[in-house]
Amino acid sequence: MTTVELGMPAEGPIADAIARSLETQGEKQNQLKAKDLKTDQEVRWCPGCGDYVILNAVQSFLPSLGIAREDMVIVSGIGCSSRFPYYMNTYGMHSIHGRAPAIATGLAASRPDLSVWVVTGDGDALSIGGNHLIHTLRRNVNLKILLFNNRIYGLTKGQYSPTSEVGKVTKSTPMGSLDHPFNPVSLALGADATFVGRAMDSDRKGLTEVLRQAAEHQGTALVEIYQNCNIFNDGAFDLLKDPTTGVQWSIPLVHGQPLVFGPDGASCVVRDEFGGLRIAETNQVDANEIVVHDATREDPSYAFALSRLASQDLRYTPMGVFRSVQKPTYDKMMADQVEEARTSSPADLGALLAGSDTWTVSA
Amino acid sequence: MTTTDPSVDASTAGSSTPFVKSVVELDRVVIRLAGDSGDGMQLTGNRFTSETASFGNDLSTLPNFPAEIRAPTGTLPGVSSFQLHFADHDIMTPGDAPDVLVAMNPAALRSNLSDLPGGGLLIVDADEFTPRNLAKVGYATNPLEDDSLQGWQLVSVPLTTLTLEALADSGLGKKEAERSKNMFTLGLLSWMYHRPTEGTVRFLERQFRRKPEIAAANIAAFRAGYNYGETTEAFAVSYEIKPAPMAPGRYRNISGNQALALGLVAAGQRSGLPVFLGAYPITPASDILHELSRHKAFGVRTFQAEDEIAGIASAIGASFGGALGVTTTSGPGVSLKSEALGLAVMTELPLVVVDVQRGGPSTGLPTKTEQSDLLQAMFGRNGEAPLPVVAPRSPADCFDAALEAARIALTYRTPVMLLSDGYLANGAEPWQIPDTEDLPDLRVEFASEPNATTPDGTPEFQPYLRDPETLARPWAIPGTSGMQHRIGGLEKADKTGNISYDPANHDLMTRLRQAKVDGIAASIGPTDVDDPAGPDGETASVAVIGWGSTYGPIGAACRRIRRSGRPVAQIHLRHLNPFPADLGEVLRRYDRVICPEMNLGQLSMLLRAKYLVDVQSHTQVRGLPFRAAELAAVVQDVIDSTSGAPIAADPTGGAE
Repeated sequence: MTTVELGMPAEGPIADAIARSLETQGEKQNQLKAKDLKTDQEVRWCPGCGDYVILNAVQSFLPSLGIAREDMVIVSGIGCSSRFPYYMNTYGMHSIHGRAPAIATGLAASRPDLSVWVVTGDGDALSIGGNHLIHTLRRNVNLKILLFNNRIYGLTKGQYSPTSEVGKVTKSTPMGSLDHPFNPVSLALGADATFVGRAMDSDRKGLTEVLRQAAEHQGTALVEIYQNCNIFNDGAFDLLKDPTTGVQWSIPLVHGQPLVFGPDGASCVVRDEFGGLRIAETNQVDANEIVVHDATREDPSYAFALSRLASQDLRYTPMGVFRSVQKPTYDKMMADQVEEARTSSPADLGALLAGSDTWTVSA
Repeated sequence: MTTTDPSVDASTAGSSTPFVKSVVELDRVVIRLAGDSGDGMQLTGNRFTSETASFGNDLSTLPNFPAEIRAPTGTLPGVSSFQLHFADHDIMTPGDAPDVLVAMNPAALRSNLSDLPGGGLLIVDADEFTPRNLAKVGYATNPLEDDSLQGWQLVSVPLTTLTLEALADSGLGKKEAERSKNMFTLGLLSWMYHRPTEGTVRFLERQFRRKPEIAAANIAAFRAGYNYGETTEAFAVSYEIKPAPMAPGRYRNISGNQALALGLVAAGQRSGLPVFLGAYPITPASDILHELSRHKAFGVRTFQAEDEIAGIASAIGASFGGALGVTTTSGPGVSLKSEALGLAVMTELPLVVVDVQRGGPSTGLPTKTEQSDLLQAMFGRNGEAPLPVVAPRSPADCFDAALEAARIALTYRTPVMLLSDGYLANGAEPWQIPDTEDLPDLRVEFASEPNATTPDGTPEFQPYLRDPETLARPWAIPGTSGMQHRIGGLEKADKTGNISYDPANHDLMTRLRQAKVDGIAASIGPTDVDDPAGPDGETASVAVIGWGSTYGPIGAACRRIRRSGRPVAQIHLRHLNPFPADLGEVLRRYDRVICPEMNLGQLSMLLRAKYLVDVQSHTQVRGLPFRAAELAAVVQDVIDSTSGAPIAADPTGGAE
């Protein structure tokens, strides 16, 4: 029931170790339950943190991929979200601030037989690790990045983050923050990411659907997950979570469906005169003017325009998969070059060391 | 001199008058080629080196070039030089001063003349000594004409004109034809020193195989230069330097960066592991990235990362997956990698970190050599973060040092710092090609089954349960069933590897990490001491200790001292952390210990701190290797002050 294709481990000690382990452990166990992914470590997030909900959703969802837990690796950086690997009975590395995408790149590029996931936050991915994030996205290494965005620094006790709205009053900005925030989806699309999605921590169904599509995507997938920090930024996403306002301000993205939203479908998305998109009232426009969502468009401009509909205060926030396009993956191309080199000139260490110009001193 | 027909070879070329030339035999010679960055001095030097290597001389080279790719033509900052020392016996340095200086323009003359001892041979391209070029470097009058060069054997040759004449029929324009003057010069030098020429012809054919007209022009200029030497009356003498006696075997010429890269490929082959290099381009380390990227057939993956941090981070990720992770850089890059180095120390994963040291601090002197990253390698991280440090001593030794770094990394599951430097990286020497079967066996065993049981008797895998002998932790790689575990930068509980903030555990783990690195000393053998008794059996009371690329100059200085009749010991350290177990005892054998370094005394500080021995530091940071004669004088002074009356013989002169 594997829905995700993984490569084979390289021949040699790596493949041998895997084969030995299967001799003692039996066949690969692809039929997992959520509890198989839990560890004996006590989960240490604050009570009520959105991270619990995401952890449960991920643990419930991953078994559906049919991947053995030893073939999954979760790499994280620093921050509340980055404790995630300790609670997953897979391989994992809780690394250093911002560097998880780079560490995961080295792992995924050399081990195409693994399912590699990065768990990061808005500070980790967009501030200290911004460089690694954009370069990972442009390379399209086969790994999945879950960016928990709570719009605040939680682990350092409440400073504003690169996604905080302008004017945010925090311990480090008593008169309000000055910097303009990143929109993570816009940033990822600007880096030409091949898969970009957004989901809400509390929306189990929507989150699972975006995660499923991300997992099945070949290449780098970025999923922004809005996550409530009930200690330092409580209610940051209430506008979208509230049953009344949520319907009004969220734009659900469904591939192939017209972008109609709001109570009774009163609002819709249409093209504006400069090639971007704008919100219109459904009854004021022709049906054929309403944009039909297409996540597979090669040109990222459309998805980017979608991401720009949202304001800093989250009004008109598209939720779902913005973009999902197929491009060759970095790890595959790297493996192909290794294979091509091997075929054209088999490895001969003696010949390599000798080089082309030698001389002999006889006894 | 008539126009030389490019098709005429050395045996048939000749002017009207038969001219008998004498051949003088030398035991060694140092040649320096100096010219504008655009004159191709490095290429010319490398070719002359290859000819010399294949002839069988021992040799040592010192390329010296500016950080600017092309400074303005004809200016002092644009001067690039290449020094080659070759001999009929084994030599240890590129030579203190040239015997022969080839200056391709006034700037090259101005910036190099002070290094040429009086009476030395000076060959200049007369065509370049134009009023404009002279003015650029501040010559009021033409030194070729004003008698200011009377102290040297000046041979003024119109190299440019001769090259243009030789290529008159080549169909190339003047500018293009002029560019072959370095090959004309190489031809002339090849004649002067009886170098074999076939290799250069083959090289030019190979190099320009897509531009046959350029290949033909360069070969023609090269031959014309050779023929010119044979026929011109400007050079009455040619020189012969017999091949040096070397151990039987097959040899090649190799630079330090090349040798280091091949050592890493060999480490991959001998361990059976894929090599993963994560690197960001930086002078003078980039050539290792270039070289490794050509060896994908050996399962080598090279990843040009977005920055230095991603370079090491990707290598750590690959090591977690079972690869031999490597990152290569120079000093400023190590600064950027510091935090990730700490992660590698904490996660106890194998990793080779290559630092090709250059002048610092900050951007410093990117193309010049220095040894000033030793303390950064030792201590440049937060917390108690010990890691092994290994340094090669010569260009060819970079191969063995890379294998040694990989051995330590794989055996002890630790990042290892391999400290090369700019001189080793770009310098070259003959290398006896090893038999691959004789290379160390680096095979590792990945953990594949539980190594402990839980209190209730269930088998479990403990990622920090150490090998009692090496204190290395097991290396279990993703994909291995039943061994799932989490590692990271937070402090680990002993054995289980779970997060632990327990005070006693942190104290234990800090000491265990240190003990693991200290324990490497058990695997590295005794200190390398060269201490031959004097002619009448006297023993040395003075020792000179060094590490890295000062091995050559220190060795050459010691030879000079010994030739003058006094014993002196040379101690060389390949392992800087941990030191060999007997080092303290070795140091205490001598009345005086001198430590020359291309920094302000970093090794001597470590030695004094660890062994309470009064090590005397002698330092220089000029971006260039030590001169053997200067070092010999320093050592001689110490010997004289230690043992009474100075001896008569002057150790600062003469050959190595």
